[in-house]
Amino acid sequence: MGNKIVRAVELAPRTRLFEIEAPHIAQRGQAGQFVILRVNDQGERIPLTLANRDPGQGTITLVFQEVGKTTEMLGRLQVGQEIHDLAGPLGKATHIPTGKTVVCVGGGIGNAVVWPQVQALKEAGNRCLAILGARTKELLILEDEIRALADEVIITTDDGSYGRKGMVTHALTDLIEGGEKVDEVITIGPVVMMKFVCRATQPFGIPTQASLNPLMVDGTGMCGACRVTVGGQTRFACVEGPEFDGHQVDFDELITRLAYYQPEERASLDSYHRCRLEAAADQLRH
Amino acid sequence: MSDESPKPRKVLNKAKNKTPMREQEAAARIFNFEEVPLGYNEQEATQEALRCIDCKDKPCVAGCPVGIDIPAFLKLVGEKNYEDALRKIKEKNFLPAICGRVCPQEDQCEMVCTLNRPDKGREAGAIGRVERFLGDYAMEHNLKITPTVAAPTGKTVAIIGSGPAGLTAASDLAQKGHRVTVFEALHKPGGVLFYGIPQFRLPKEILVREIDGLKDMGVEFVMNYPVGKAEPLDSIRERFDAVFIATGAGLPWFLGIPGENLNGVYSANEFLTRVNLMGGYKFPDSSDTPVKRIKRIAVIGAGNTAMDSARTAKRLKPEVVYLVYRRSRLEMPARVEEIHHAEQEGVEFNLLHSPLEIVNDGKGAVGAIRCQEMELGEPDASGRRKPVPIEGKVREFAVDTVVIAIGQGPNPLLTADCPELDRDPKKGTIKINEVMQTSFPNVFAGGDIVTGGATVILAMGQGRVAADAMHRYLMTGNPRDPFATVGDSGVCPNLL
Repeated sequence: MGNKIVRAVELAPRTRLFEIEAPHIAQRGQAGQFVILRVNDQGERIPLTLANRDPGQGTITLVFQEVGKTTEMLGRLQVGQEIHDLAGPLGKATHIPTGKTVVCVGGGIGNAVVWPQVQALKEAGNRCLAILGARTKELLILEDEIRALADEVIITTDDGSYGRKGMVTHALTDLIEGGEKVDEVITIGPVVMMKFVCRATQPFGIPTQASLNPLMVDGTGMCGACRVTVGGQTRFACVEGPEFDGHQVDFDELITRLAYYQPEERASLDSYHRCRLEAAADQLRH
Repeated sequence: MSDESPKPRKVLNKAKNKTPMREQEAAARIFNFEEVPLGYNEQEATQEALRCIDCKDKPCVAGCPVGIDIPAFLKLVGEKNYEDALRKIKEKNFLPAICGRVCPQEDQCEMVCTLNRPDKGREAGAIGRVERFLGDYAMEHNLKITPTVAAPTGKTVAIIGSGPAGLTAASDLAQKGHRVTVFEALHKPGGVLFYGIPQFRLPKEILVREIDGLKDMGVEFVMNYPVGKAEPLDSIRERFDAVFIATGAGLPWFLGIPGENLNGVYSANEFLTRVNLMGGYKFPDSSDTPVKRIKRIAVIGAGNTAMDSARTAKRLKPEVVYLVYRRSRLEMPARVEEIHHAEQEGVEFNLLHSPLEIVNDGKGAVGAIRCQEMELGEPDASGRRKPVPIEGKVREFAVDTVVIAIGQGPNPLLTADCPELDRDPKKGTIKINEVMQTSFPNVFAGGDIVTGGATVILAMGQGRVAADAMHRYLMTGNPRDPFATVGDSGVCPNLL
């Protein structure tokens, strides 16, 4: 019943890439869309945005960071094992213009989604630049894959260990002020980063799409957990998004809503760690 | 013992009142998710079945949206012939354990029951309770009563959505020999029966068991498959000879008042989904989906979903559960039994209160809910007395959680990807003709995606009507063909 993992790669510490058999998602999924998965029968439903897909092989690529119990358990799965439940593709695809100059600004794990976006943008005949941010060099993912597609790639790291030292917003502002005629910006990454990317493009009047990552339960428009405020209106990110006009998004509300379950998420992860430690101790005793 | 006996059988139990059903005490049950009404035992069921006077007109049969031959199955229960009684029910309804629990019998079969004469102090036969007994009996004795399946017709049918309408249509069409595939977007089949109706009203084990019965009839279930996204409707239409859309009313409404996006505000759908479908009440031990520790909660609305939400909240051990409704008790749309259960369990009703604002606690979460006190004025378009504000009377309730249970609209997931499908421009419901056919000849629709939101049994009734028309369509190309029936469809005329 589940979907088999056919390739697993550690891209960076605690960051993994899976290629998973999912023929119908591979066939229909588009850049910007997401899937919902569960790792076992008591698992929560978590959304992950599609990194890539191969319709010929019938596989999709997901990239995730191990930040909680569910993603840690996901990370422990091996090639040949199955994802218990996998539904998708969900949400709307990234709006892809034609014949424009588009800058994709990614940060952290968000760079995994920049990858298919750059690919779609290039296929539609756009000039495409990518600004990829990471905290430090070893956390930068998929650089080669994106370099192979984009017209230009700018790397920034917070600590200056690779590329340019500083934030993606600085690189973006410099690019715009340096005379690059930017028609559109697409951004995906940490919410604070997206907030500042949108703030950076606003004075220049450059349309900016932000790919939001609110909490979700069903991901099919049924529960409204993912509601975000865009231009003063409540929108469901799972069916009306996940991408919205970044200049209209209430990012502060999104940040508050994302933090609501943090104590429970931490407790859940702690108890999972305890269980694993106890199991390991038991094994040592025997 | 002849079934064709022209004389009405002797009435053996002349009791005026329904045989009482034992219940879990309110004081105990608010600390668990176990079922509240405990159901009849054999003796109670038999005793109650024998109250049926087997009247000539059988108004109960017409009052049942799926047309169950109620006097016949009651007679068999009276004779302690439970297996045949089950077979009798399953001719028309393959989910007795579910319908016995969640149907509003007081507005259907029991309302029109000849015995029902409040003026004479006499109650209707407890049809729902006996039906539930049979469903439970089958389960306890591991009886598998699968309806006979006709010879394969070679026709294929896709059912989109595995809620009550979809499951009923699947059962009927499989019985007629068609090859049925059910597509479900979520990871468990059952739709609202799984995510919406709480464990203490409908144990999930019962649902799983009834769905297993469908699998035994050859129905195939495909989970995690959101049609419209995973595959366009057009492609499904080509792959299958006929399609039934039963995607339900899964789009929650909000009030549109300030503060609705604060942390701690849930739609009833989210609240119930977290607890029921995801088992959040078992977090973190055997469910990974968190539910917050609630201290004070207000549920807005007064329908069955509001009662389910309030009673679910009660079991999460808060200090107080308020129910807030802008009209009066008389207008509450929930079943009387549900309202009664909620009160027994200590839900505090604040009627004639209309929410004005959800107040921020200063940290982005719910701190209170402000309500306008109302009084009843002149009747409005619906014939109900319209609530009007009492000037200057505003009350604030300190709460940390608010659940909005004011209804929902049709789920747009499938229809959004298929603009050619005719819909009501205002409501978004799918348009159908009198045989439940959509603007595409081989696509039919029923349940809440058509009505916009009703009960489980009405959705099941529509599933049945659609299945009948689909069968005619599959066999002759004409959904109205009078000669195509294989056996009696049992369609209740008042549904059409």
